[in-house]
Amino acid sequence: MGRVVVDVMPKPEILDPQGKAVAGALPRLGFGQFAGVRQGKRFELEVDGPVTDEILAAARAAGEQVLSNPVIEDVVAVYEDTDAQVGA
Amino acid sequence: MARIGVVTFPGTLDDRDAARAVRLAGAEAVSLWHADADLHGVDAVVLPGGFSYGDYLRAGAISRFAPVMGEIVDAANRGLPVLGICNGFQVLTEAHLLPGSMIKNDHLHFVCREQVLSVENVDTAWTRDYAQGERITVPLKNQDGQYVADERTLDELEGEGRVVFRYQDVNPNGSRRGIAGITNAAGNVVGLMPHPEHAVEQGFGPDGAHGPRTGTDGLRFFTSVLHALVG
Repeated sequence: MGRVVVDVMPKPEILDPQGKAVAGALPRLGFGQFAGVRQGKRFELEVDGPVTDEILAAARAAGEQVLSNPVIEDVVAVYEDTDAQVGA
Repeated sequence: MARIGVVTFPGTLDDRDAARAVRLAGAEAVSLWHADADLHGVDAVVLPGGFSYGDYLRAGAISRFAPVMGEIVDAANRGLPVLGICNGFQVLTEAHLLPGSMIKNDHLHFVCREQVLSVENVDTAWTRDYAQGERITVPLKNQDGQYVADERTLDELEGEGRVVFRYQDVNPNGSRRGIAGITNAAGNVVGLMPHPEHAVEQGFGPDGAHGPRTGTDGLRFFTSVLHALVG
């Protein structure tokens, strides 16, 4: 069994209210090192067989057509999670 | 009698109020189920508010792929009047019938208030019974109500008169340029975050000119579409 990870982030020009709230909370908890936070989404797509180039292409297409909304989000990474095979 | 469809997705909340508004305006309300593969010959469609599919993925994102939405997209592109309210507006943007998108309110809180709007386009199927520039009061209640689009899209919307409603007195969620509702180029598809269907009957609406809960400013959305259908 294989696993593909699709990472989706809010577009840089879109204000990220959730990330802003997290950025506000961090210093209050003693983490003053971080100047900003942006919050995105990680999707893990599992397949029964190996992760082929076709699977990766399909994952990218799904990322762009369904998992993200191109008006407000970008698919920033699509890659095989090689650790996934350990637990298969 | 005109027949107006009201769609119910799993998680829709305001379908019964929307159907009631349709009846108060003098039309027959026809229930449409998310899994319906046809529109039962309705003359117009309302996508009501709520949290369809739990707002999973993004507000309105899963609903877009419901069987009934394929029919609605085709019919809307042929001119069928479609009104999306709140979550219904989010569904219309996810279905690419309207541009832009909604993200979380800039202050991150759920907002519930009686909201003043200006009506800035009275040529749509859903606003022809209003006066240009009229101020109306309808309830607003949402978490993901901040309208966003890129500057070019916003300029296009403004230039083509497609901003139908703008928040007045206060911008309750950080929406770009105070935009509360927009239309497509043809004027048959309208989406807005506030809830006209909650301001259609004295005793149950926002405060109005005649006292507490007497506001019925939302009713003319539904009479407008009846006039659009006969006109």
